[in-house]
Amino acid sequence: MTVESTAARKPRRSGAKRSTTARDTKKQPAGQTELVQLLTPEGERVEHPDYAIDPTPEELRGLYRDMVLTRRFDAEATTLQRQGELGLWASLLGQEAAQIGSGRALNDADYVFPTYREHGVAWCRGVDPTNLLGMFRGVNHGGWDPNSNNFHLYTIVIGSQTLHATGYAMGVAKDGADAAVLAYFGDGASSQGDVAESFTFSAVYNAPVVFFCQNNQWAISEPTEKQTRVPLYQRAQGFGFPGVRVDGNDVLACLAVTKAALERARTGQGPMLIEAFTYRMGAHTTSDDPTRYRSPEERELWETKDPILRLRTLLTREGLADDAYFADLERESDALAKRVRDAVRAMPDPEDMAMFEHIYADGHALVDEERAQFAEYQASFVTAEEGI
Amino acid sequence: MAAEKMSLSKAINASLRTALETDPKVLIMGEDVGKLGGVFRVTDGLQKDFGEDRVIDTPLAESGIVGTAIGLALRGYRPVVEIQFDGFVFPAYDQIVTQLAKMHARSLGKVKLPVVVRIPYGGGIGAVEHHSESPEALFAHVAGLKVVSPANASDAYWMLQQAIDSDDPVIYFEPKRRYHDKSEVDTAAIPGPLHAARVVRPGADLTLAAYGPMVKVALDAAAAAAEEGKSIEVLDLRSMSPIDFDSIQRSVERTGRLVVVHEAPVFLGTGSEIAARITERCFYHLQAPVLRVGGFHSPYPPSRLEDEYLPGLDRVLDAVDRALAY
Ligand SMILES: Cc1ncc(C[n+]2csc(CCOP(=O)(O)OP(=O)(O)O)c2C)c(N)n1
Repeated sequence: MTVESTAARKPRRSGAKRSTTARDTKKQPAGQTELVQLLTPEGERVEHPDYAIDPTPEELRGLYRDMVLTRRFDAEATTLQRQGELGLWASLLGQEAAQIGSGRALNDADYVFPTYREHGVAWCRGVDPTNLLGMFRGVNHGGWDPNSNNFHLYTIVIGSQTLHATGYAMGVAKDGADAAVLAYFGDGASSQGDVAESFTFSAVYNAPVVFFCQNNQWAISEPTEKQTRVPLYQRAQGFGFPGVRVDGNDVLACLAVTKAALERARTGQGPMLIEAFTYRMGAHTTSDDPTRYRSPEERELWETKDPILRLRTLLTREGLADDAYFADLERESDALAKRVRDAVRAMPDPEDMAMFEHIYADGHALVDEERAQFAEYQASFVTAEEGI
Repeated sequence: MAAEKMSLSKAINASLRTALETDPKVLIMGEDVGKLGGVFRVTDGLQKDFGEDRVIDTPLAESGIVGTAIGLALRGYRPVVEIQFDGFVFPAYDQIVTQLAKMHARSLGKVKLPVVVRIPYGGGIGAVEHHSESPEALFAHVAGLKVVSPANASDAYWMLQQAIDSDDPVIYFEPKRRYHDKSEVDTAAIPGPLHAARVVRPGADLTLAAYGPMVKVALDAAAAAAEEGKSIEVLDLRSMSPIDFDSIQRSVERTGRLVVVHEAPVFLGTGSEIAARITERCFYHLQAPVLRVGGFHSPYPPSRLEDEYLPGLDRVLDAVDRALAY
C-alpha cells in the first residue's frame, strides 16, 4: 500500500508519461501535491508563506490539552464498547490534530456539520462528550440540540451533511450574518454524489461554507485510490473554488488553514476545500478488522507522525510545559474518563413509548392510533400480572 | 379577494404568491422555476416579483435541491422546492427519506424542518418515460413525512398554504393532468384540516374513495352509475399520510361497500392499506370485500398504452358492479 505516494516532499517526476491506468496513476499523482505544514513530525516549527500563525504558549498548551483529552475520551469509549456498554464506536485515534486544529478555528457564530467521527470537533464546540454516546449506546439517534452549540447531529449516511451545510450556509449569506459553516466528510465520502452536488451549489451561490475532508487514507477497507485518481483537494478547482492540502497531523497547520478558509467564507469570498492528509490509526469502527486489509508497517510509519507527540516535543523542547503540567493533564484525563464511564453506565434506556415521540412536529393520526394501541397492549401485561 | 374561478395550476401559483408575501422566510427553489416559471408555468411571474433571492433557480441536482433546502430550513427558512416531474424525485429520495423525514425525531424535537416538496405527478398527458408516475406510496410509507394531493383548485390553493405553514415536511403531489381544470377558489375562506377526507358526492350504496387526478374519474363514474339507479358516494381522500380512516369508516358504515381508486400500481399501494384497515374497522358492516382499481405491477407504459393502464370510467364501474353483486 503506497499511502505515501501522494504525500508531500516527494519530488515530482518531471516528464513522466501520462498513464491511463489507475495503478500507474498511484505512482504519478496528477498535479502538484504541496502539503501545508507548520510543525514537522520532529516537532520543529516551519514557516509557510500563506498561512503564518503565531500562537502564544498558552494557546499551544490549550491545543495540546484538547488533543490529549479527546484521545482519552475516545479511548474510554472504545473500552466501553469492548465492555458491552456501547453497541459501536467510531474512533478518531490519529485524527486529533485535524479535528482540534479545525475545531479551534471556529467562531461562536459558525456552524458545524459533522459525520459520525468528529468527537474532537464536538469537544471544541463545547458539546458534553457524554451526549455523543447516546446514539452509540442505542438510547437515541442523536438527541442533542444542534442549536445549543452550533454543532449539528452526527450523520451516518455518507456525504449527506455536506448539502445541509451548504443550504445552511446559503441561509447565513441571506441573513447577512458574520458566520461561516464547516462541513466534515471523509475521503470515501468524496465519491458520493451529494458531495459533488454540495460543491456545485456552494460555488454557484458563493455560500460561506468550508469543506473539511479528513483523508484518513481509508474508507473502511478501501484505500483512497479506490475513490479518486486525483489528489482530493484538486477537485475544488473544477468547481471554481480553491482547494488546499494540509498536514492533517499538524494541529497548527490545520488551525491556520481552517482559520483562513473560514475568514474567506465570512467575508463573502465563497467556499473552500481543505483536505487534511491524516491517518486513521485504529479500526474504522469497533466492528472492523483492519488487519485484513492493511499492514502493521503502515501504522508504524504513521505513528512516527503522531499529532500529539509532535506538539509535546515542541512544548518540551521550548520549555513551554513542564512535568507538573503533563502530570496535571494526566489527572484531568483520568477524571474525564471516569466521568464518561459513570455517565454511560447511568444512561437510562428510553421509555417504551419514546418510539412514538417527536416523529412529527404537528402530530399524525396514524402515530396517535398506534401509540394508543401499543399502550393498551403493554397495559394488558400489567393487568395480567396483577391478576395473579 | 373573494371567490374566483381559476385553474389548479393558477391556484398553486396564487398560493405560492401569498406565502412569499406573508412570510419573508418562504423560499421557492427548483429547476427552471425562475424566468421560465417552471415547465408547467406554476411559478410564473414569481421570480420577477420577489427576486432571485426568494425564487431560486437551482443547479440540475435533485439531491442538492432537497439537501440544501434542509440546510436552509435548519437556518430558519421555509423552502418550497419543486421537483420537475414525478420520475425525477428519486435522486432526492435519499435526502427525503434518510434526512428530511428523520431529523425532527433524531433531535428529539429540537429542530423542525418545514420543507414542502412539490411534485407534479400522474399520467394521462401522453408524456415520455418518467413523466407519468405516481410514487405516493413510497413516501407515505416513511414515518416523518406527510403526503397530500389536491384534486381541485380550491384545495390546491389551501392545502399548499397549510403545507407551507406546517412544521413537518410535506410531500405535495400535484395532479398534473388537472393543472388546467378550473374551479372556484375562495382565498378568504377558512379551510378545513389539511389531512381530512371530504365527501364530494353523497350516496347510499357504495363508497368510491379516490384522490388527486382520480377524483374526477370517480365523480364521473358515480354520475354514470346514477343513471342506472345506483347511489355512489365519492370520497376525496386528499391526504395519503395520514389517511383519514375515520371518514372512510363513517362512509362505509353507511354504504357497506368500498372501492378505492388510484393511478399508482395496486400492489402494496395506498388502496392496499385502506382495504386492510377498513376491513379491520368495518368487518361487520362490509357487504363485499374492499376492491381496488389502479395501475398494474408494470413500469408505467408507453403513452399509447396509458389509457389501458390508467383506471378509466369502465374499470371503475366494473369494480362498482362487482362490489354491488355480492
Ligand atoms: C451512503 C452510505 N454508504 C455506505 C455506508 C457504510 N459506511 C459507513 S462509513 C463508510 C466509509 C466512509 O469512509 P470515509 O468517508 O473515508 O470516512 P471515514 O470513516 O474514513 O472517516 C462506509 C462505507 C454509509 N454509512 N453510507
